[in-house]
Amino acid sequence: MTDAIIPAGTSQPARPRRDIGLKRRYAAEQRFKIYGIVAIAIGLFFLAALLWSVFSNGYTAFWQTSINLPVNFDESVIDPDNERGTNPNILFTANYPKLARDALAQKLGIDPEDRAQMRDVGKMISDGVRGQLRNVVMANPSVVGTTQNVWVLASADIDSAQKGQINLEIGEDRRRVSDQQVAWMRQLEESGDLEQRFNSGLFTFGASSRPETAGVGVALVGSFYMMLIVLVLSLPIGVAASIYLEEFAAKNRWTDLIEVNINNLAAVPSIVFGLLGLAVFINFMELPRSASIVGGLVLTLMTLPTIIIATRSALRAVPPSIRSAALGIGASKMQMVFHHVLPLAAPGILTGTIIGLAQALGETAPLLLIGMVAFVANYPATPMDPATALPVQIYMWAGEAERAFVERTSGAIIILLGFLAIMNITAIILRRRVERRW
Amino acid sequence: MSPTLVISIVLLIGIAGFVLGRQRAVSQQAGASEKPHSRVHYHGWWVFLAAVLPALIFMAIWSAVSTTYIDNATRSALPEQTQESAVASRALATGMVQNLARGLRVLGVDNASDAPQTFEELQPRLRERGIAVASDTQDYMIPLALQRNAMEDRSSLLRSVLTIAFSLAGAAYAFSTIGVRARARNKVERVTLLALVAASTIAILTTIGIVFSMLFETIHFFQSVSPANFFFGTVWDPRFAAAGSGGAEGQFGLIPLLAGTLYIAFVAMLFAVPVGLMAAVYMAEYATPGVRSVVKPLLEVLAGIPTIVYGFFALVTVGPFLRDLSADIAGGPSFIQAQSVLTAGLVMGIMLIPFVSSLSDDIITAVPRAMRDGSLGLGATRSETVKRVILPAALPGIVGALLLTASRAIGETMIVVMAAGVAARLTWNPFETMTTITVKIVNQLTGDLEFTSPQTLVAFALGMTLFVLTLAMNVFALYIVRKYREQYE
Repeated sequence: MTDAIIPAGTSQPARPRRDIGLKRRYAAEQRFKIYGIVAIAIGLFFLAALLWSVFSNGYTAFWQTSINLPVNFDESVIDPDNERGTNPNILFTANYPKLARDALAQKLGIDPEDRAQMRDVGKMISDGVRGQLRNVVMANPSVVGTTQNVWVLASADIDSAQKGQINLEIGEDRRRVSDQQVAWMRQLEESGDLEQRFNSGLFTFGASSRPETAGVGVALVGSFYMMLIVLVLSLPIGVAASIYLEEFAAKNRWTDLIEVNINNLAAVPSIVFGLLGLAVFINFMELPRSASIVGGLVLTLMTLPTIIIATRSALRAVPPSIRSAALGIGASKMQMVFHHVLPLAAPGILTGTIIGLAQALGETAPLLLIGMVAFVANYPATPMDPATALPVQIYMWAGEAERAFVERTSGAIIILLGFLAIMNITAIILRRRVERRW
Repeated sequence: MSPTLVISIVLLIGIAGFVLGRQRAVSQQAGASEKPHSRVHYHGWWVFLAAVLPALIFMAIWSAVSTTYIDNATRSALPEQTQESAVASRALATGMVQNLARGLRVLGVDNASDAPQTFEELQPRLRERGIAVASDTQDYMIPLALQRNAMEDRSSLLRSVLTIAFSLAGAAYAFSTIGVRARARNKVERVTLLALVAASTIAILTTIGIVFSMLFETIHFFQSVSPANFFFGTVWDPRFAAAGSGGAEGQFGLIPLLAGTLYIAFVAMLFAVPVGLMAAVYMAEYATPGVRSVVKPLLEVLAGIPTIVYGFFALVTVGPFLRDLSADIAGGPSFIQAQSVLTAGLVMGIMLIPFVSSLSDDIITAVPRAMRDGSLGLGATRSETVKRVILPAALPGIVGALLLTASRAIGETMIVVMAAGVAARLTWNPFETMTTITVKIVNQLTGDLEFTSPQTLVAFALGMTLFVLTLAMNVFALYIVRKYREQYE
C-alpha cells in the first residue's frame, strides 16, 4: 500500500459531519434490546404464572379437615348377634358409618330420630370413615364395646368450605353445603374438635372417587417400580452402547446409521413409544396390560437415547492422554476403558442418567396407551400387577369436576415437581462438585 | 421347576465356577516357570461365562420354540369342524383351551380322572377362584387343556434338565482349559465386546420395532378402510363405522386431525419463536454473565416441567382466563372457548420457549468471534451486527432448530389432550376447538381394545403418519444442523 500524498498548499475546508442516522440507529438499538428483555420477561412471567397457579391451588391439599369424634364402638351395631368369634366377616361388613354419624350427632346435640338432620350430619363425614373405623377394629378387636376418640376425615364439601373454597355468600341452594352444616362446622371448630390436620392420606391412599380419600400412594409405588426398571435396564445398556460407539466402533456406515438413529429416537414423539409398547409388549409378547413392567420397558426405550447421548459426551470429555497412558503401560483396550476411562466419566454418566430418569418420571402419554389409566386402588405387589403412575394419576384427577379434586391434582403436581426438583438439583450438584474439568 | 429357580441354579453354578476356576488358576500360576498369560480373575470370569451364557441362551430358545410347538399341537388337536371354519375362530378356540389350561392349573387338577367332564361343572369352581374363562368354552376342550398342561410340564422339565446340563458342561469345559498360558483375558474381552455391540444395536432394534409394529397394524387397518379415504377424507367419525357395516367410507378422514395438529403447532410456534429467539439473542449478545447465569437456568426450568403440568395449567388457568377475558371484551357471551386452538397453542408455545432459546443460543454463540468483531469494528451497532451478520450466518442452524421444535409441537400429546378438545372439525377460527392426531390416538386406545376393529387399528395408522412426519422433519433438521456445524469447526 502506498500512502496518499496530500499536495502541499491545498487545505481542506472543515466539512460538517455526514449525517449517518446515528440517532435513528441508536433508537433501533435500544428497541432491539428492549425486545430481548421483553422476551425474557414473558418467559419468566409464564414460569411464575404456572408455578403460582399450581402452588396456590395445591398447597391446601396437604391439609385435610378432620373431626375428632368420641366413637362408641357399640356392640349392638357392630355385632348384634355376637357371632364375631365364629364369623370374622361380621367385623368387616359392620355398619361403621352409623357409629360415626351417631357420635357426631351426639356431639352436636341432635336427636338421632330426626331423619333430615341426621342426613345432613352424615354428609359431613367422609364415606371413607367405613374403612377408617374398620381398620381400628380389625387391628384391635377389643375396642368393641368401648368409646375411643378418633380423628375422622370430614367430607370433601366440608373440607372445601372450611378452606374457604366455597363461596358462602351465594344462595344455599346453589352450593354443596347447607347453612346448617356450616353452622355445625363453626361450632365444632370453636370447641377444637374440627381442625386442619396434615394430610398423610395424600401420600398413602390409592385412587378413589371421593376426593378426601384419594391419594397418590399407589401411583407413587407404580412410578417407583417403573423408575427401578428404567434404571436397571437403561443404565447398563446405555453405557455399554456408548462405550462401543465411542471407544471401539470403526467409523463406518453401520455406526453412522446407529448414530443418526439414536439422535432420531431422541426426537420421536413419546406417544409413538406407547404404540410400540402396545403392539410389541402387550399384543405380541402378551405381557399384562397396565402393569408397571410394560411401562418400565417403554420408558426404558425412551430414556436410552438420552443416556447414550450424555454418556458419549462424558466419554468424549476424558482426554486422550489418559487412554494413551493406559495403553502405554500395557493395558488392553478393554482394560483401558473399564479401569480408566469409565471411572473418570462416571459423574457425567450419572448426571445424564438422573436427567433421563426425571424425564421418564414426568412422562404421561405412552402410559395412557398401555392401559395405565386404570382405576387402581390397591398397592401393586409386583411389577406384573396393575398399577398407575404419578403423572397418570394427575391426568385422571384433572378430569374430575369437583373443586376438591382440582386441589388434589395441584397437590399431586407439587409432589411430582418436588421429585423432579430433587433429581435435577442432585444432577446439578453432581456436575458442579464431582465432574472434573480437563 | 420354575424358570426363576433354574436361572438361580445356573447362576449358582456360574459363581461356583468363578471361585473354583480362579483357585485353579492361582494354584497353577503359583508354581509356574512360564510367565502367566492372564490374571487369575479372568480365568474365573471365563468359567462363569461358559457356565451361564450358553445355558441361558439355550433356555430362551427352548421356551420360544416349545410355546409355538405346543400352540400348534393344541390347534391340530382341535376337532375337525373348528379346524375347517375361519382362522379367527380356530385361534379363538386355541385361546380358550389355553385359558382353560391355565385355570385348571390354578385349581390343581392335572389328570383326567379328577377333572370334571363338563364345563358346566367346572365353571363354578373356576369362578370361585376368580378365574375368568369364556362362557362358551366347550366340553371337549377340557381333555385338550389337560393334555396341553401335561405337554407343558414335560417341556418345562426337559428344559430345566437340559439347561442345567448345558451349564455344567460349559463350566467343566472352561475349567479344563485353564492353564498358565491359556488366553482367558482375550476370550472374556471378546465376549464383553459382543455384549457392547449387542447393546448398541438395541437402538436400531427399537426403531425397527416401531416401524414394523406400526406398519403391520396399519396394513391391517388399510384392509378395512381404503388409504384414499384415510388420507383424503375430511370427516372423522369412527363410531359409526362399525366393522362390516357398508357405510364405513370417509369416516376415518385424516384431514381434520392433520389440520388441527398443524394449526395448533403453528400457533405455538408463532408464540414461541419470536420470544425464544429474542431471549436467545439477548442472552448471547447483551446479557452480563451474572444475568445470564440466573436467567438461562430459570428458562430451562420450563423445559423440565412435565407436559401434564402444562396441560393442567391450560385446563385450570389459561383456558378459563381466556374465556372470561373474551366475555369481558365482548360484554356478552365469550367468543373464546375454554378448550380452543388458542389455549392449546399458547400453552404449548410456553413449553417450546426454552427449546427455541437454548437451541438458538448454542447456534448463535457458535458463530465465530471474528465475524462479530469485524462487523462491530466497521461501526455497526450491536443490533445491526445481530441482524445483518450473526443471524444470516446462523440461519441454517436456526432453521434446523426450529424444525426440531416444530416436530416436538406436532408430537406433543398431553397439552392438546387436555386443552384442545376432542371435536374433529375444520375451522379457521382459533377461538374454537380443534383436535389433533395425538389426541385421537389416545382416544382410540384408551378403554377396551380389540385388535381386529378399525377403530383400534386406526390409531396405528395415525401413529405411523405422525412418526413419518416427525421423522422427516428430524432427519432434515439434523442434516442441516450437522452440515452447518462443519462449516465453522
